Amino acid sequence: MEQLAHQQAETLAAIAAAASADALETIRIAALGKQGWISALLKTLGAMTPDQRSVEGPRIHAARESVTAALAARKADLENAELEQRLARETIDLTLPAPERPRGSIHPVSQVMDELAEIFADMGFAVASGPEIEDDWHNFTALNMPETHPARAMHDTFYFPDQDAAGRSMLLRTHTSPVQIRTMLAVVEKNPGGAPLRIIAPGRVYRSDSDATHTPMFHQVEGLVIDKGIHLGHLKWTLETFLKAYFERDDIVLRLRPSYFPFTEPSVEVDVGYTLVSGKRVLGGSEGWMELLGSGMVNRKVIEMGGLDPDVWQGFAFGVGVDRLAMLKYGMDDLRAFFDGDGRWLAHYGFGAGDVPTLSAGVGTQAGARA
Amino acid sequence: MKFSLSWLRHFLATDADATAIADKLTSLGLEIEGVEDPSAKLEGFRIARVLTADKHPQADKLQVLSVDIGSGQPLQVVCGAPNARAGMLGVLGLPGAVVPANGMELRKSAIRGVESNGMMCSTRELGLGEEHDGIIELPAHAPVGQSFADYSGSDPVFDVAITPNRPDCMGVAGIARDLAAAGLGKMKPVAVDHVAGSFPCPTEIRTDDAEGCPAFYGRVIRGVTNGASPDWMQARLKAAGQRPISALVDITNYVMLGYGRPAHAYDLAKLSGAVVARRARDGEGVTALNGKHYLLDHRMTVIADDVQVHDIAGIMGGEHSGVADTTTDVLLEVAYFDPQRISRTGQTLALSSDARTRFERGVDPGFLDGGLDLLTRLILDICGGEASEVVRAGTPPSAQHVVGYDPALADKLGGVDVPLPEQKRILEALGFSIVAQADASGGERWAVSAPSWRPDIDGAADIVEEVIRIHGLDAVPSTPLSRADGVARPTATPVQALERRVRRAAAARGLNEAITWSFLPEADASAFAEASGGLWLLANPISEDLKAMRPSLLPGLLAATRRNLMRGAASVRLFEVGRRYLRGENGASDEKLSLAVVLAGEAAPRGWDPKVNGGKARAFDAFDAKAEALALLAEAGAPVDSLQVMGEAGSQFHPGQSATLRLGPKAVLARFGMLHPATAKAFDIDGPVAVAELFLDRIPAKKAAAGFARAAYAPPALQAVTRDFAFLVTDTLPAGDLVRAVRGADKVEIVAARLFDDFRGAGVPDGHKSLAVEITLQPGDKSYDEAALKAIADKVVAAAAKVGGVLRA
Repeated sequence: MEQLAHQQAETLAAIAAAASADALETIRIAALGKQGWISALLKTLGAMTPDQRSVEGPRIHAARESVTAALAARKADLENAELEQRLARETIDLTLPAPERPRGSIHPVSQVMDELAEIFADMGFAVASGPEIEDDWHNFTALNMPETHPARAMHDTFYFPDQDAAGRSMLLRTHTSPVQIRTMLAVVEKNPGGAPLRIIAPGRVYRSDSDATHTPMFHQVEGLVIDKGIHLGHLKWTLETFLKAYFERDDIVLRLRPSYFPFTEPSVEVDVGYTLVSGKRVLGGSEGWMELLGSGMVNRKVIEMGGLDPDVWQGFAFGVGVDRLAMLKYGMDDLRAFFDGDGRWLAHYGFGAGDVPTLSAGVGTQAGARA
Repeated sequence: MKFSLSWLRHFLATDADATAIADKLTSLGLEIEGVEDPSAKLEGFRIARVLTADKHPQADKLQVLSVDIGSGQPLQVVCGAPNARAGMLGVLGLPGAVVPANGMELRKSAIRGVESNGMMCSTRELGLGEEHDGIIELPAHAPVGQSFADYSGSDPVFDVAITPNRPDCMGVAGIARDLAAAGLGKMKPVAVDHVAGSFPCPTEIRTDDAEGCPAFYGRVIRGVTNGASPDWMQARLKAAGQRPISALVDITNYVMLGYGRPAHAYDLAKLSGAVVARRARDGEGVTALNGKHYLLDHRMTVIADDVQVHDIAGIMGGEHSGVADTTTDVLLEVAYFDPQRISRTGQTLALSSDARTRFERGVDPGFLDGGLDLLTRLILDICGGEASEVVRAGTPPSAQHVVGYDPALADKLGGVDVPLPEQKRILEALGFSIVAQADASGGERWAVSAPSWRPDIDGAADIVEEVIRIHGLDAVPSTPLSRADGVARPTATPVQALERRVRRAAAARGLNEAITWSFLPEADASAFAEASGGLWLLANPISEDLKAMRPSLLPGLLAATRRNLMRGAASVRLFEVGRRYLRGENGASDEKLSLAVVLAGEAAPRGWDPKVNGGKARAFDAFDAKAEALALLAEAGAPVDSLQVMGEAGSQFHPGQSATLRLGPKAVLARFGMLHPATAKAFDIDGPVAVAELFLDRIPAKKAAAGFARAAYAPPALQAVTRDFAFLVTDTLPAGDLVRAVRGADKVEIVAARLFDDFRGAGVPDGHKSLAVEITLQPGDKSYDEAALKAIADKVVAAAAKVGGVLRA
């Protein structure tokens, strides 16, 4: 029996020294294979007496188990060592740059138009639109600006040489106000009695004017409310409420000044108050005033032109520059850059696809909302 | 319109200072554009007497003065002016004062070693004129030591923007009236007595154009001396931005700016025969006072004598008969011209003037005699002479304008309750008169007569405006609009919702939204014009570069791309969502929603990883454009699985690397591909450009609202199976045709077919290519057995055969 102990010790030593899976397999076969020494010893058990067997059996089985366990353990060790080596080989330099995905952007004008639509939807205003190549009836005459009205000349209108089938001169709309007429006429067509309506109409408008603060194309949003019993106080509230929501400030103060637009009577120019914070104008408060928009109670003649009875319906309208609203909120200072398409400017002042204005998240996007 | 405080005070007794007046003007709707006080800049400048003047010890051209500023202690001042001498009075700027002309702050200093305690100033240095040959010399009686600002008189100048409905405020008197009504002072009586003529008017005056010139009043003043106008008048005119010219011209300007009443003075010696208001004859011309010649036509009213036209009526006088220094006899014209005619004539001639601005807005038809009296009085007082009797040809239109007004309207329309007595006070202060009547419901109704100088008043809303304007818009309380019950309803139309979706989808795909001009250079627009109807071309573009309305969004984006590349951009990915402008029915426009994408430069930059394009940068290609087109069409809800890739993208595109995406043979939803090198060159772009243009208007509308619930779906229990097929086809066969055929081989079992190899070379005969397609089969409730798979494979091979595909062994 000295031999069993000796052989077991030799085998275990060989397992411990085995450097590869192949070497281990050779050892396994030499011990546990069909011709292996442990297998051979196991075969001798059958010829033994019960007494012998009760002594030798456990010893042989114990030897087999220790060798089997040693083989498994050594195999696991070898595999671990190999995995570690492989992982070490696979090390990469993660300071290398990852593949870049270009980041797109939404133009500030589109973003602000979405913000306006969101705010005004909450106040029950639908979004309306109309053609940009207009006729002079919708752009001027129906808005109480007959042909020789001095205000027409002040509009710096772009004209086409064309006339439409009704003999009306074609032009580029100088404001979004013709949408007022189109909307009223459409409402009357659907419902001859007329109906209350609340709309905003954002879009491109055109004036033959170009300098540091004017571009021949810019964006306006028109607002129109027609209902019974609408007065100037409603206009004031609507503009205050809208501007507080848009700038997300409760200290927005408006100053109304009498003015003149042919399509409103009374007409009101609206200034918004600002505060000087380290030399910069910040909206809110009333240290100073800046002109923001024109508005007023819709002129009776315009309501009539829209096919509604001005003794039943009255309302207010306003028009405000979308580009200007964007500049005041997001801090751009050059209008011309809006229409240049410079990728660097778009990346800096543009918005992420995910910056969808919502009332719950706040319609505005904070600077640095995305890094 | 500009005027000085002193001129305003000629009409208005008020203690209010310039700031209070400016604030009130703005709140009245007479918007202040600026208030300038020339004297405000003169702080620290005093009247000084030069006591002694000695040569500077170190400099030939300098003198050392000792000057008295009334403090008893003479100051030493170094001065370089040649006219500085003992005994004279001038203006000394003390240390701390800021020189108006250059903003320099004066300091006590040493000039060439001699202490100097200030600076004796020239007219130019004080910003009071151009004179700079020497220092200012004041009269001997000027009070030494007094602030020069006080001495020269503080007279702030207001610059007010007058809205076109207020011709009455195009004279200082009208502005004073508004201020008085608003409680800022009292109007002073400025009426002038009628000046009777001492002889019959020697010139016949007539109007032959009653429509254009309903009234033409005039008189002759003979024996005048046309020198310089008096200082007080010059000062007022200068403050108003008018250059004094001669007494007669200045007087007409003074009456125009002070009272809003334009008039014209003719040199009688230059006239011959009757002076008549009539229509111009076509082809007639006149050289106006601005030195330019104007060609007239029969729609214009002129004032002419027997020989020639002397005045473009209501706009500008003629050079020939204008008054000069030598004028001794003048004919005064005070007329009423039809505003519309003046406006049209002014527009046609592109001629602006102060007179036109007033006439086209409507001068006071009740102030012809008054104006003429004012002019006569001033001329007689300033230029001497003798006035003829007045001749009145025609009559001005009736000034009386009565508006029915319910005082409750101030609240109903203006939103502010103004007590009746206050409404009455306001209106009367503005010159309105009121006749009140009780109405049936016990309230009052007013018949309000507007004064002759308010042509803008034609309805009750105008009366409301007057009342609340003077009462103050600040008093209008904010009143909430009614709110619909519940949560706000969605308001976007389907088109608006579509526009927002595709815009954000494009941005999410890494494209940058640009907004480019709606108008283009005509050549750029022509290159992208669709066949129908031609371009919209502006008659009066701001420049030739902004002339044609875009028929496509691509030219604008290409121009932006060029600018970006020229600024060194390595990669340009721009898109725009907007309208293209086409011709519609009945001469109207047809504006269609489009989306365009331009990709230029590098699609991916060079990189460290050789597995990615060998580490080299990759340029954009037509498939990048195709990917954008399909992805954005899908986002827009177009049936992309049914789209066919066809040709004829257009001449702007690379003929071999462009295509259209069509729904059926006619409906082109999009085009994409590489730009034709000639197009790129025309836009001055080097290198390949990939573009896509989506005609969003052509995406078929959904038939009805689908509701929110999706079609029922549960992921299949059994796994999908893929099989690969390789076919030999002729190399002219579009791969898409083969894929479409294979995909359609079994519409139930085959759920996808994807081409993954296009091979030409070893083993593939000339003129052929090998296309490999992976099909995905989705088993239903039981797995495929060999027979089923074979049956599907047979169908695939048969379908491929129909387009000429032969299965590769």
